[in-house]
Amino acid sequence: MDIFLNVLSWICLLAGGFLGITGAVGLFRFPDFFTRLHAASVTDTLSTFLIIIGLMLQANSLMMIIKLLLVLLIIAYTSPTSAHSLAKSALHSGLKPFLKDKENQNS
Amino acid sequence: MFTIISISILVVMIIALIRAILGPTLYDRILAVNVVGTKTVLLLSVLSVTAGRGDMVDIALVYALINFISVIAVLRFFEYNKEQQADVEQQ
Amino acid sequence: MKQLLSLTVILAVFWLVNSGHYTPLLLGLGAISIGLILYLSRRMEHVDGEVEPSIVMSIHLPFYLFWLLVEIIKSNLDVVTRVWKGEAAISPTVFKVKASQKSDVCRVLYANSITMTPGTITLDIDGDTFEVHALSEEGKEGVLTGEMDKRVSKLER
Repeated sequence: MDIFLNVLSWICLLAGGFLGITGAVGLFRFPDFFTRLHAASVTDTLSTFLIIIGLMLQANSLMMIIKLLLVLLIIAYTSPTSAHSLAKSALHSGLKPFLKDKENQNS
Repeated sequence: MFTIISISILVVMIIALIRAILGPTLYDRILAVNVVGTKTVLLLSVLSVTAGRGDMVDIALVYALINFISVIAVLRFFEYNKEQQADVEQQ
Repeated sequence: MKQLLSLTVILAVFWLVNSGHYTPLLLGLGAISIGLILYLSRRMEHVDGEVEPSIVMSIHLPFYLFWLLVEIIKSNLDVVTRVWKGEAAISPTVFKVKASQKSDVCRVLYANSITMTPGTITLDIDGDTFEVHALSEEGKEGVLTGEMDKRVSKLER
């Protein structure tokens, strides 16, 4: 049972770390601000979920599990708000989203 | 094993910091700083589980809140700044 | 009044869960800080004017959250494959979508759910029309089918 929990938590942690690096690579590979925002939201959602769940499986007391759950909840509540706020003020300051087909953009 | 996770989080933070330095627009920089903040929360959680101390998670909790408030505050500041500039230009 | 009551209960639970010490001194400090926050939020109400408690009360909520989690995992995998394929795999679009929710709380929940699933982000809200930025055509179609809209509207009843 103990080994099973350990293996499960390592899988979660490794997958979370890989997703985090993927999001960071996305910050470089995508062409403009709005597409980078999508890449950053990968690191904010699934990567965070997996790492915190992996840590919860390793935690040694109930108090710690509850506190890690609170960290997860606070990140899950605040990250869409800050992402929307970033996108909105970027749009209002006149940043144009990069679009694939230039013909449709002009018409 | 915790070392591998810590190193991967640190690598993400370094990449995001490079983006914050290069970033063509202001909003790219704020986005990168936001990513660094989220990763700091995760790094603090990993450290506290490694040390086996529940009271260190509180620091991560407080840091998550500070990170959120600071991003919103910086965005508000620049939004109002833009509007004031537009007002001045109209006059 | 309803809002103050729910705020008190939430703050008390938050304090008790986080502190872990149940001595009279620390419980008293908790009571004092809850009172201070209630006083501050009363003062803010004069400015803000929000009276409804901002919690969605519905038995469908856990089912919705589970469905949302599955959607988040699916769209995460989609965005991850697009990141590794590079710029050729993405086709960013901006489009408008109508929200059918009546209350502000459910509208916020819908906009937040759109932002939370990677690949789509709510850019702007004007009344009941959302302006959404999608990473790909598939993400655009996923929002335009209106399944998430229907599921959030179901929470209102």
